[in-house]
Amino acid sequence: MKHITKLLLAGSTALFASAAAAQQTHIRVAMQLEPPHLDPTSAAAQAIDAVVYSNIFEGLTRFMSDGSVVPGLAESWEISEDGLTYTFHLRDGVTFHDGTTMDAEDVKFSLDRARAEDSANAQKALFTSIADVTVIDPLTVQLTLSAPNGSLLFNLAWGDAVIVAPESIEDIATNPIGTGAFMFSNWVQGDRIDIARNPDYWGTPANLETATFRFISDPTAAFASVMAEDVDVFTGFPAPENLPQFEADPRFQVLVGNTEGETILAMNNQRAPFDNVLVRQAVAHAIDRQAVIDGAMYGLGTPIGTHFAPHHPDYVDLTGISQYDPERSRELLAEAGFADGFDTTLKLPPPSYARRGGEIIAAQLRAVGINAEIENQEWAQWLESTFRGYDFGLTIVSHTEPMDIGIYANPEYYFQYDNAELQELMATLDVTSDPAARSEMLAEAQTIIAEDYVNGYLFELAFPTVARAGIEGLWLNQPTSAIDLTGVTWP
Amino acid sequence: MIRYTIGRLTSLILSLVVASVVIFAVVEVIPGDPAAYMLGVNARPDTVAALRAELGLDVSLPQRYLAWTTGMLQGDFGQSYTYRSPVSQMIADRVWVSVPLALFALSMTVLIAFPAGIYAASRRGKAGDITVMGATQLGVAVPNFWFGMILVLIFAINLRWFSAGGFPGWDQGLFTGLKALFLPAIALALPQAAILARVMRSSLLDMLGEDFIRTARAKGLSRRQALWRHAVRNALIPVLTIIGLQFSFLLAGGIVIEQIFFLPGLGRLIFQAISARDLIVVESVVMLLVFLVIMVNFTVDLAYAAVDPRLRART
Repeated sequence: MKHITKLLLAGSTALFASAAAAQQTHIRVAMQLEPPHLDPTSAAAQAIDAVVYSNIFEGLTRFMSDGSVVPGLAESWEISEDGLTYTFHLRDGVTFHDGTTMDAEDVKFSLDRARAEDSANAQKALFTSIADVTVIDPLTVQLTLSAPNGSLLFNLAWGDAVIVAPESIEDIATNPIGTGAFMFSNWVQGDRIDIARNPDYWGTPANLETATFRFISDPTAAFASVMAEDVDVFTGFPAPENLPQFEADPRFQVLVGNTEGETILAMNNQRAPFDNVLVRQAVAHAIDRQAVIDGAMYGLGTPIGTHFAPHHPDYVDLTGISQYDPERSRELLAEAGFADGFDTTLKLPPPSYARRGGEIIAAQLRAVGINAEIENQEWAQWLESTFRGYDFGLTIVSHTEPMDIGIYANPEYYFQYDNAELQELMATLDVTSDPAARSEMLAEAQTIIAEDYVNGYLFELAFPTVARAGIEGLWLNQPTSAIDLTGVTWP
Repeated sequence: MIRYTIGRLTSLILSLVVASVVIFAVVEVIPGDPAAYMLGVNARPDTVAALRAELGLDVSLPQRYLAWTTGMLQGDFGQSYTYRSPVSQMIADRVWVSVPLALFALSMTVLIAFPAGIYAASRRGKAGDITVMGATQLGVAVPNFWFGMILVLIFAINLRWFSAGGFPGWDQGLFTGLKALFLPAIALALPQAAILARVMRSSLLDMLGEDFIRTARAKGLSRRQALWRHAVRNALIPVLTIIGLQFSFLLAGGIVIEQIFFLPGLGRLIFQAISARDLIVVESVVMLLVFLVIMVNFTVDLAYAAVDPRLRART
């Protein structure tokens, strides 16, 4: 009898020990929005990339957390003298999660699908410079460009450019099959997505055996889920006002990283009175950026003076051009013929940076005589009437696409800035691959739009993550939307 | 009884047809294109057009209405625009959270309200009555989402007895499922119980003043016997009406509570679908809720007839 008790005891200790060990290889990650489906190549929803980027799908190149672009499924590449031919050498022995081999045919299939006539790729523009994709041998693929493109390797790192297989493309939206260190295992819609370690991964295998993504949109519920330890990590924590409480709690760590989100007060450059540069300048000087950051984001965010990410090496600090100066703002308005101010509209999409920031900016504008009437819009409505319909005076939005200063060269983009000099500059930049020359041109472009006061430049969106103390390897920054779990470890 | 039932059935079918037209019309006029929403700000117009065609959004409105309704009659709710999966499957998954939650909350409502209402009525004007009525006053005044937040604060964050939300699934066992729904059900039930207790009390008090109660007392029944044998049964008619309304409210009203407890129910589905302009999902879920509400009302109508034979004679 004693014997049996002992055995049972030993058994139960073993059970507990393995339970404790098992816990260390599973992680519960929460995020605010649920992906609508899991195909990163046919939608813009950032939640899709958050789950699948690097975990499930990989591209020829990939982003690291610091924003650098490194080899992904392509081990190396050569670029021809004229910059028109890129030869990629693929890694050997890479298989998809269904066991099929990843080879040059898959690369051709993926890129041709993304740039096809009837493609539903949300970032089709990334692929426009590609004229042809040729399979040289199973591990070599050649891209021929119609014109040199200095950002091709960068473009190929996007989640929209990941490599997919023709064998599994049919069900990619609900059963994504990629080459990543994790395999998709289950999706309870509305609640969670489970992924499991890929035992046949070509690179360093993941430390975690399994991971669960949960979707908690309500900020109060987000706070409760972390405090009750229902989740281990909350990426993109929606309530910045709660962060100090987590920082003070030894159970948690708070990471505040940067994003590619330039948050701007966009002005309708073709509509009076914003077609007058004096008025735009007056608006820019009326804004107290720090007050917006403190009031709307509880201090999270870096002030910007142009449309460029401050952590980027080519960033130029131009905040001085649009310094907060209500006196000067009133003078400029008078000079432009609006001594008594004017009325306009301020359209606000749902995120809190826009809704909270909008209230503060409206008050700041009122102080110089500009009466901006606030209208709250849902995203779908904002896209239709403000973004595509140009029906706005002012709006606040964060441009989260990386390196998107090129939008200023498109006169049809919603703020409708039309400047031939900048358009020419961006066209030259596109075909330049010399790094020094590119830096110079990017600096010039930043200065042109800042001095033209195209938009009111507010701040770079911060990315807060709350995690259990001791968890390491999480991405601090968001060069692209991703919750890369491949390097995450428990203490 | 048969004629009465047929009359109710006709009105049920008519209501469903009218509801489907209204829902479709209202949802389709909301500004915002689902394809444009899905593809975001960098999408090119030809890409949006390609996706619209893929989703079947390029055909005329009447055609889409017909396809939707005829599909529904065959149990096919169509394909979600954003999720790219069958709507009927999505609804089937969610119903297993929302309906048990509503039923759980409703039974709590009844379990709290009946004793409270009867107790208060039998102690009219005394301390017990005043206490119960005071508590219900508070219950009616406090919104359920606030109750939900307070419950989470106490039982999930401080005491750690329950998780703050989420639903593990029924395959984890009945107890685990019920435990996950416990706090949300209480949050939903308390305000409703307060309302129902008040209705129960006043309806009972009305009955207690009726002649037949005096007759019952005169033939020798005690106060308590008269209350239980005659008053309670007759007081149930208005109470049933309220319960019917409350069940509909609990089903549809779960939207807010499902957000707070991040439960994968119909409310959350509809919430996400509206912001993503997943029109077909919105239409189908609303239609389903309307259907359930109409069915509940139908059942309540039949229950009236069962409780009160006089109603059968009419219509």
